[in-house]
Amino acid sequence: MTRLNGGLIDRTRPLNFTFNGKAYRGFEGDTLASALLANGVRLMGRSFKYHRPRGVIAAGSEEPNALVELREGARQEPNTRATVAELYEGLSARSQNHVGPLHRDLMAVNDLASPFFAAGFYYKTFMWPKAFWEKLYEPAIRKAAGLGSLSMLPDPDAYDRGFLHCDLLVIGGGAAGLSAALTAGRAGAQVVLADEDFRLGGRLLMESDLLNGAPASDWVETVRAELESLPNVRIMTRTTVFGVYDHGVFGAVERVADHLATPGDKVRQTLWRITAKRAVLAAGATERHIPFADNDRPGIMLAGALRAYANRWAALPVADAGDAVAIFTNGDDGHRTACDLLAKGAKVLGVIDTRADAVAQGDYRVFAGAQVTGSKGRLGLTQIEITQGGHSSWHAVGALGVAGGWNPNLHLTSHHRGRPHWDESLLAFVPGQGGPQGLIAAGAAAGKGGTAEALADGKRAAQAALSDLEIAAPEIMLPDAADTPSAQQAFWHVPGKKRAWVDFQNDVTVKDVKLAHQENMRPVEHLKRWTTLGMATDQGKTSNISALAVMAELTGKTIPETGTTIFRPPYTPVSLSVLGGGDTGQHFRPHRLTPTHDWAKAQGAEFVEVGQWMRAQYFPQPGETHWRQSVDREALAVRSAVGLCDVTTLGKVDVQGADAGEFLNRLYANMMGTLKVGMVRYGLMLREDGHAYDDGTCARLGEDHYVVTTTTANAGLVYRQMEFARQCLWPELDVQLISTTDAWAQIAVAGPKSRELLSRIVDGFDLSNEAFPFMACASLTICNGLRARLFRISFSGELAYEIAVPARYGHALMQRLMEQGADLGVTPYGTETLGVLRIEKGHAAGAELNGQTTAQMLGLGRMVSQKKDGIGAVMSRREGLDADRRRLVGLKSVSPQEQVAAGSHLFTEGAAQTMQTDQGWVTSSCYSPHLQGYIALAYLEDGDKRLGEIVTAANPLEGRELRAEVVSAHFVDPEGGRLRD
Amino acid sequence: MLIPHPLLGLRDAQEFTYLGDASLLNRPDPVAPGAEAAFCDYVFLRDNPAGVHRELWFHEQGDRSWLVVTRNTVTHEILSAELASDVKAGAAQ
Amino acid sequence: MIFSGFKVVKEALNGYKGWGPLWRNPAPKPSYDIVIIGGGGHGLATAYYLAKRYGLSNVAVLEKGWIGSGNAGRNTTIIRSNYLLPGNQPFYELSMKLWENLEQDTNFNSMVSQRGIINLIHSDGQRDAYRRRGNAMMISGAGARLLSRDELRQMVPFLNFDNARFPIKGGLMQERAGTARHDGVVWGYARGADRLGVDIIQNCEVTGFRIENGAVQGVETTRGIIGAGKVGVSVAGSSGKVMGYAGRRLPIESHALQAFVSEGLKPTIPGVITFGAGHFYVSQSDKGGLVFGGDIDGYNSYAQRGGLPVIEDVLEGGMALMPMIGRARLLRAWGGLVDMSMDGSPIIDRTDVDGLYFNGAWNYGGFKATPAAGLTFAHLLATDTPHETATAFRFDRFNRGYVLDEKGVGAQPNLH
Repeated sequence: MTRLNGGLIDRTRPLNFTFNGKAYRGFEGDTLASALLANGVRLMGRSFKYHRPRGVIAAGSEEPNALVELREGARQEPNTRATVAELYEGLSARSQNHVGPLHRDLMAVNDLASPFFAAGFYYKTFMWPKAFWEKLYEPAIRKAAGLGSLSMLPDPDAYDRGFLHCDLLVIGGGAAGLSAALTAGRAGAQVVLADEDFRLGGRLLMESDLLNGAPASDWVETVRAELESLPNVRIMTRTTVFGVYDHGVFGAVERVADHLATPGDKVRQTLWRITAKRAVLAAGATERHIPFADNDRPGIMLAGALRAYANRWAALPVADAGDAVAIFTNGDDGHRTACDLLAKGAKVLGVIDTRADAVAQGDYRVFAGAQVTGSKGRLGLTQIEITQGGHSSWHAVGALGVAGGWNPNLHLTSHHRGRPHWDESLLAFVPGQGGPQGLIAAGAAAGKGGTAEALADGKRAAQAALSDLEIAAPEIMLPDAADTPSAQQAFWHVPGKKRAWVDFQNDVTVKDVKLAHQENMRPVEHLKRWTTLGMATDQGKTSNISALAVMAELTGKTIPETGTTIFRPPYTPVSLSVLGGGDTGQHFRPHRLTPTHDWAKAQGAEFVEVGQWMRAQYFPQPGETHWRQSVDREALAVRSAVGLCDVTTLGKVDVQGADAGEFLNRLYANMMGTLKVGMVRYGLMLREDGHAYDDGTCARLGEDHYVVTTTTANAGLVYRQMEFARQCLWPELDVQLISTTDAWAQIAVAGPKSRELLSRIVDGFDLSNEAFPFMACASLTICNGLRARLFRISFSGELAYEIAVPARYGHALMQRLMEQGADLGVTPYGTETLGVLRIEKGHAAGAELNGQTTAQMLGLGRMVSQKKDGIGAVMSRREGLDADRRRLVGLKSVSPQEQVAAGSHLFTEGAAQTMQTDQGWVTSSCYSPHLQGYIALAYLEDGDKRLGEIVTAANPLEGRELRAEVVSAHFVDPEGGRLRD
Repeated sequence: MLIPHPLLGLRDAQEFTYLGDASLLNRPDPVAPGAEAAFCDYVFLRDNPAGVHRELWFHEQGDRSWLVVTRNTVTHEILSAELASDVKAGAAQ
Repeated sequence: MIFSGFKVVKEALNGYKGWGPLWRNPAPKPSYDIVIIGGGGHGLATAYYLAKRYGLSNVAVLEKGWIGSGNAGRNTTIIRSNYLLPGNQPFYELSMKLWENLEQDTNFNSMVSQRGIINLIHSDGQRDAYRRRGNAMMISGAGARLLSRDELRQMVPFLNFDNARFPIKGGLMQERAGTARHDGVVWGYARGADRLGVDIIQNCEVTGFRIENGAVQGVETTRGIIGAGKVGVSVAGSSGKVMGYAGRRLPIESHALQAFVSEGLKPTIPGVITFGAGHFYVSQSDKGGLVFGGDIDGYNSYAQRGGLPVIEDVLEGGMALMPMIGRARLLRAWGGLVDMSMDGSPIIDRTDVDGLYFNGAWNYGGFKATPAAGLTFAHLLATDTPHETATAFRFDRFNRGYVLDEKGVGAQPNLH
């Protein structure tokens, strides 16, 4: 155990956990990393490429090394940063990316071969023999690559989405964030304060600084209590604001239950979309390291992290409590760590400071003008080499803190491609111009990292935001605080021949950067892509600036001339589950149900997804074991008696107004304004580019009242197009539209006995052929007073009607029709039979109206009126459309019991089958119980002139080829006598 | 994105469906000479500016208004939003 | 210098002393026979094939930033030739054949990996449409397999077969499809072109054309005027902007297309999988990240970044299709600038300015086309006649009524 005294852990609440199967104990308030360090565990993982032993280097979300697989079974979570994983009772974690035990990783052989694995090596080899890439090289690379693994089981937890609106979003709850939130909260503004940690305070929790003469955590607690008491402030801990989007929209993820063994009845995480009028980015800063030879051993970490573990978690990253600790720094900040460690009772070897004039700030030795030039310790640091004045010596240490300066966490300011600005006095990039509107960086994120200046800057930022919003901001008292000295030298890496790591996780060394330079991979993005630098799970937070500095040194340019890197969302990785919002499985999209859905379900119908709709596909009866039996029975019943089908899903649009007829003339390719009241006409709509768009019926119910129907698939699109025409093209027309698809239940009543059936429910309405002929329509009442609309239209080719009633009566209407038609052999039918009937009749549906076809191809060329304008009319006359000679035809399989599969391509018999000789394709096909054989619809080159010809229907995809006879698409009753009787 | 609907105030862009350049308001005269060429330009060609763009959005999950939104395609800043029918009526005057 | 495993070993033992620049950084010459605007995959491939196949090496590629900084470096790396229409399929099949020999041709490992693509089928109607497409692929020699639900389940058992809103009923597979390392493609062509004498000029933005008497004389750039016998424009999302310098409007809109990558994972997904009932497709990189994408953001944009709604939409699809990826994390999201055309298909053609040629309108599918676009554009620049596989990619197809609309959605770019 290497647990120190003090810290913000609750020693009355011990927690048991396991790492690689071994049991350990930590306390509430610990992270997995702090608890492991306190237990003397330094080795936590292996690097990506060379499988080098690695321990924790950071104390926050930027950690690149200590990644573990957390939890068991379906909750297994790869690549979890031990530094932010809150400890809970029973936590179980395993190290990842090794073969064999962690301390004896067989893949570590890669490290011996590392000279062969220099930057970009794989682009230069593995090319011969050709077939070996997929078979040999790539599988080996893939197996070795990657980090953690997925359980391959569905995520069992629940997720949610939330929406928040506020005046001010404060991102980060450290010194600057708390002072900003307090300023805005007291001003009465709506404030959201988000922090990724489970405890407010940020860096204040990690430091020994006093505020008002007391530990900073006291002040944090006071502010937290006040903010919590304000109704206009919402505090969100465990919440990472990961991205900034347009118009003040921020994406954030709240880890609601990641600190619990299981979420229980909670969601695991919530995805928040926060719309903020202004935002303060107070996300702090990330420390950088200084590459030196063998700088990647467990026990070597960022000095600020070393300090954080000691102060907040009372943990020292040494194997044994008696081991000495050393600090390697290029500035004052390293000395701060030495002082804090001494105060905590740690044994400090000294501070190795690159500055020749460095002096001790406490009771420890200073190696001024010195550098760390090497390290030893196979699985954890045991010795460092200090070189001072040309003299090198080895020193036993258990831990080394490295302080290379701090980089402001300006990531969100560059999410809109704003470029960071280099501040030479800070030796760091600070937020530049062109950041997202309304986002103000403050505190360490703006390069103002001293405690007092961060507190003041947070207040300033909030006041600026409030002033923009014209909210009066009261002056607030900030606590007394000091700014510690922060002078530093521009010292970026220790030169040397051995490998010095820049990007730990991806194993990119100073040598790799040099090689990239040598190979002219000098633009910073080329450097990244060639070496994989900055592409690890920390996205370069701990490596980019060091690499830029090395490249700058090589090119003789300054760092800002060498380049900056633009950060992209997310700030830290976000679980895929929460981004999906939790609507998985059946909840992926809503189910739209027809008015007769429950009725059909009670009849035992099978359902099928049609877009968002669930429609009855067929209605199996007792004894039927195959869907074909049901469909054949249903289809024959329609042709011989009467069938019922819910067709509510077809789009319905009411069109009213004095200019409704003129409006429809312009909407349809064919003339519609001449339609008589009480009649229906088939209508074809074109897109403005002249191609067929949709078809359906148009009924004129009154002088100024039409009802347009559309296909199910295009209901929304056609309505949108109609509103476009009404508002954007011809707003001068007196016409109003409303979609009534969901308002009216509509049932097709089809078959020779349909008139007889309907006559039993209408309220004295004359259904005779004379009074209500084919293509008639009427508003009427049925069943003693229920208002209804009746259309004599037919998709099946039989005597048929569609009857519409207000949607809530759909179920009752279906029941009534079934009761009344029992003696007539009434039969409900589903979408399969609907398809069979329309193919038998040669009616086009989705497969024929697929957006690539023309009126001519459908055989409807003459419907496009030449007498009037209509959408698409002009463009439909273009050469390419006019010259298209493919026509809709019927096909009859020469062997009637073999199906001509839809999707087969058509060729002249005996012709070679190439793209050039392709003559068309089969659009729809089915078994026709009426004709007792397979039939199909197809587009065929010159099809209308080839009736009687035998063509080849080729389906090489399934190794089939059939001969089929070209026939009229109207397989049933081509004269149309049945519909008109 | 948030769209300042002239009648309903700021609305999330997800409530809207995008069509494209507001030049689609200017449907050519179908009977004028050269109508086919004019229609080809109208249907197919776009200015596609990197900068201020007037474009059509349909408030599909709202009040079903078509809007002409003036937006910068580089910054996504929205400068104005008007009812398309008003724009069309204004142009006719 | 030739790249090989032997050379890698030799240099490792030699302290890498023999590795030199992959390409030069030449100063622009006063003029070239041919200037290609745009140092992306297409522009560099064009220059490579001009030099290699047509013997034209007095060629410059002008890139406003660093080569590969546009869509070539920000796509989801998928290569496939699973098209339907006769105007498209032979072109993409040519591209696939070039992919299959790319590394041996350029002596650079672009990591072409033919692990297959599966388009999932969720309804009978979709199966019919995919059968039509699959048969077109069979007829053109691209190859295809129609997978039953059981065959599919054996291959990719982790998909949501049991509780899907849109049930998975099978798939259409192209086994020769797969992925390639996008940067590797750019660098392979760049190094190859440079070795053949092409000047690759980075940080050189074109700001205008010199056109006299209807003929192009050269380009104005941030590094001065560069004369040119012919100019080829190959700038993807910036097509509208660059052709605007010549006063030309295009049947193109620029849109934002986002792509995503997860943290590295051990092997999870074998090839490319495309969800047929939502906006989601995914593969896994050799480094272990799940690389995925979905629909374009849907409104004109030059911002090279996308919005949160599309991220959510993509992951809704991802989680509906493969709920086992949920515990992985999104590492990085980025936006490309795609040149969406009025029929969803590309343009490789001369313009009405003498000597000015255009390659663009690649929609969200330019990466897979890189080798064939380079070769056919080079053919056009060198011979003034369209390549036999690219005869349908003409400007005049719109006005004449010969659009190549694979999706059948008409002249609305954001629907393609």
